[in-house]
Amino acid sequence: MSEFEFGFVSVLVFLSLAFLFVFGVLVAGRFVRPRRPSREKASVYECGERPIGKAWFNFNPRFYIIALVFLIFDVEIAFTFPVATVFSAWVKAGKAALVYSELALFVGILLVGLAYVWRKGDLDWLKKLDHDA
Amino acid sequence: MWKLTQEFIHKFIPAFEHAWLAYIAGALVAALALLAFASLFAGLASYVERRIAGRIMSRVGPNRVGPQGLFQFVADGLKLVMKEDLVPAGADPILFRIAPYFVFAGMFGTFVVLPFGAHLVAADLDVGIFYLMAITSFVVLGIMLGGWSSNSKWSLFGGLRSAAQIISYEIPAGIALLSVAIFAGTLSTQGIINAQGGLPWDWFAFHSPFSLVAFVIYFIAALAEGNRTPFDLPEAESELVAGYCTEYSGFRFVVFFFAEWANLWIMSAISVLCFLGGWKIPFVNAPEAYSGWLWILLGFVIFSVKTLALVTVVMQLRWTLPRFRLDQMMNLCWKYLIPGAFAALLGTMTVMALFSWDSPAGIAIRFCTFLVGALVVLYYIWRIVANYRADSANYKKLTGQSMWYPPWRLP
Repeated sequence: MSEFEFGFVSVLVFLSLAFLFVFGVLVAGRFVRPRRPSREKASVYECGERPIGKAWFNFNPRFYIIALVFLIFDVEIAFTFPVATVFSAWVKAGKAALVYSELALFVGILLVGLAYVWRKGDLDWLKKLDHDA
Repeated sequence: MWKLTQEFIHKFIPAFEHAWLAYIAGALVAALALLAFASLFAGLASYVERRIAGRIMSRVGPNRVGPQGLFQFVADGLKLVMKEDLVPAGADPILFRIAPYFVFAGMFGTFVVLPFGAHLVAADLDVGIFYLMAITSFVVLGIMLGGWSSNSKWSLFGGLRSAAQIISYEIPAGIALLSVAIFAGTLSTQGIINAQGGLPWDWFAFHSPFSLVAFVIYFIAALAEGNRTPFDLPEAESELVAGYCTEYSGFRFVVFFFAEWANLWIMSAISVLCFLGGWKIPFVNAPEAYSGWLWILLGFVIFSVKTLALVTVVMQLRWTLPRFRLDQMMNLCWKYLIPGAFAALLGTMTVMALFSWDSPAGIAIRFCTFLVGALVVLYYIWRIVANYRADSANYKKLTGQSMWYPPWRLP
């Protein structure tokens, strides 16, 4: 087994152990914990009042926009990691201008995107209606 | 661990056909050791944090179970394992039950690449910090699942807030780590440490003013990703009851907080390995020098001391700063930290391209940045000492007794 394979076998072992640990303690806990269900205990906490309606309703779309913007930036970061990793090797090989301009161009495009989202007001958490402005 | 397992195989079972079993056993030994470490650290961190909170708030804190309350976390853990495991009637039972698994796996998976010393790492993946960013996203998944599936309004709002916060702050953290990748030329955690040196001006944090900015931004973002104060809005007790874990009880509830406290070590260790020189011993810079057990042990001690110092700072922050409002938190991330992180990235690139590591200008920049950092640390220590002196003088004036605690009682 090479070191490369061993690394990902370790990841598998660690994740399996994490799942097994939580599962094992929960199963073992079955023998020591009580189980006396009742209607009151099974209702959700709403400050002691009887819960009104379900919690699965429409929520604010601001979260959705944040998630969209995050998705774009996160994918860009994932794409930049390989270039960033070889940056110093290219600088040592005397190709600093090339790799610098490439990376700066890419980051520049990202910044334009950030400026666009900012300008559109999608980064403002508190939104105003037009007649308030 | 790979080398150790390989040596073990060559020494004891050279003719064994199924050598892969030995490798899996090696990985399992590392995993079990780190699970024990994570549990112990999370428990002790919860105890120490409560003692620090007690001292800061002029009360005692846990001091009944064991000497000075040291075994409080064992008692708490046992108590919570013996509590009834409730699932709300209206909840989605499957999603509700699997959410803690994701949180725990996301926390524990990071330990694969976290180094503790030279060669002391479960597996030195060559995608190191990229893997760290990827695996910690599991936690968001768990929190979202837990918040949504509880069918409780508090949980829903807590889960959404938490998800929005964690994914937002992942961007500045990722960009700050990009500048680390640019500096080190590798993503492997051991490689990043090997690219730095033992003396403070050889650390990446002091490579240039820009990398100092990247360090500060990474630290703030890590606080937010770990749901630590001043960014603990997802579990803001005064407004959201307990956020995404409102409906959880018993051991499932423990899992969320286990992950939070183990995350203290993880975030501090990542800061130390990426920015503060990791396990490098001053004046011992060649990676080949770290072959004897004594050197490895010394490196481990240095790494732990740096990490625990950061953990203490994080705990002190928790009991010193008030909580942000949601819109302030979002503004800080999107309008200040992300542009700042991009500036730090471009600046690091420029410094890397213009000044090489050993050029006189590069050394001068590193040394000046180190002086700035040292001044900040000195100011921080001076403020603590000054506050302590002022408080004890005040205490003496009020009560007539001098304020003195035996050192072992200080948490």
